[in-house]
Amino acid sequence: MSRVSRRGVITAGLSVAAGASGLAVAAGLAKRYGLIPPDGAGIYGPGETLTYAAQRILTRHSMAREFPRSQISTKPFANEVAPFREDFKRLQSGGFADWRLAVDGMVARPASFSLAEIQRLPSGSQITSVQCEEGWSYIAEWIGTPLAHVLDAVETLPQARYVVYRSIDPDTWESIDMADALHPQTLVTYGMNGGDLPVGFGGPLRLRIPRQLGYKSVKFLTRLTVTDNLKQFGKGLGSASPEGGYAWYAGI
Amino acid sequence: MAVALACVGVPKLVPFRKMSSTAWTAGTASEIRAAAPVRHSALVRITHWLTAACFLALLVSGVEILISHPRFYWGETGNDLTAPLFKIPIPASRNLVPTGYGYVLPDQNGWSRYLHFQTAWVLIFTGLLYGICLFTGHLRKSLLPARADLSPRALWAVVANHLRFKPPSEAEARSYNVLQRITYLVVIFVLFPLIIWTGLAMSPAVVSAFPAVVTTLGGQQSARTIHFFVTDLLVLFLVVHVAMICLAGFWTRTRAMITGRIGREMERS
Repeated sequence: MSRVSRRGVITAGLSVAAGASGLAVAAGLAKRYGLIPPDGAGIYGPGETLTYAAQRILTRHSMAREFPRSQISTKPFANEVAPFREDFKRLQSGGFADWRLAVDGMVARPASFSLAEIQRLPSGSQITSVQCEEGWSYIAEWIGTPLAHVLDAVETLPQARYVVYRSIDPDTWESIDMADALHPQTLVTYGMNGGDLPVGFGGPLRLRIPRQLGYKSVKFLTRLTVTDNLKQFGKGLGSASPEGGYAWYAGI
Repeated sequence: MAVALACVGVPKLVPFRKMSSTAWTAGTASEIRAAAPVRHSALVRITHWLTAACFLALLVSGVEILISHPRFYWGETGNDLTAPLFKIPIPASRNLVPTGYGYVLPDQNGWSRYLHFQTAWVLIFTGLLYGICLFTGHLRKSLLPARADLSPRALWAVVANHLRFKPPSEAEARSYNVLQRITYLVVIFVLFPLIIWTGLAMSPAVVSAFPAVVTTLGGQQSARTIHFFVTDLLVLFLVVHVAMICLAGFWTRTRAMITGRIGREMERS
């Protein structure tokens, strides 16, 4: 019924060959320039790699949208948190005076900061939105110190590629690349809307990553680990999110 | 619904059996065979089925994502504590959403989000491929309606034929009629660009680099709401498209889109 023409076969063959070699070259370039996310294997790997690579090329230095004070949500939504464990309640009853943020890994001077020490670092604030992957959102003013200042204080080594960060809840941990870690809006946050950061919103310390979805902004921050390789953490997928079925990179 | 039905997926050809039983068949069998060219080009067929697969994956994953928060807002922000523009009366897959139901659906957001965004990429590449075919003649020959067909009288004639479920004329059976052309143009140049635009407007990283993507829509929650409405229109298109294919002869039409050829009945006659 249908004839297969020689020209058709040659065209199709050349297209497939060109496509395949194009893909191979693209994959090689992506690997070389660190554009493959840690959950870039598996059936959804191609899509995740395309998104992460495209956004690293287009948005490496872009700034999250900031809003006027009048747009701060009067009803921010705290979302659910896991039941507080004993160690958290003990720290809370002491007004978080003993809360520590440990910084280790590929740094010249590993350190442990108290809340007061963090608050003595140069501070900044931003009015940005929290977008949950479920679809809801709110805008708030966030006060803290850029993560870059904390990393400066401990001097990250030049081979550093990622920062792993953890909550007091051992099941909650995430990581970001250095583009996000050194981004001026990535904020070690201790204040919200002019006051202390409420516990429901992650107080006393939360890492805000306003260019990614809410689940990357880990609450109850206790530890930062600078590394050049995410394989050694958890199941090697970069953070707890991919282990639970969610994308590591949440800039979408 | 009848009018909506009339707008999409009109029979482009009918099995010869049916044609010969009607008085308006113009050509002889040999003329028809000689004139029976490839109905759909290879590129149109490939991109059609890729789009169909993407549509299914995006719809299923999109519904799953929607279920985690079946409330819609207007403007920049909205959450469980603020008044929604409207909500969909279904239970949610997250337990803090006030749905009025006493139970929570299974949460499928993880794989749904991975699938949604990966499929969006496949659709982008499919769109680029389809763009080649659009601008190498498909748009001019198959989609742009002739000026004469756009007069109210001509339009009404086609609408009236649809409302009477009248079989298509010989000419109509061989190419898209004016209603199909308008509908496909709207889907290709209005709905698809809008669904991509509103999707990108929900990405915090994309709007950090290109804020106008979201500010022109009135905010991130407005973008989400428009994304939902455009999805509804695309689903309406899909339903009518499939319904019209069934009316026109499901296997004949489907085979034409797979093999590119007009049905065997026609060739044998």
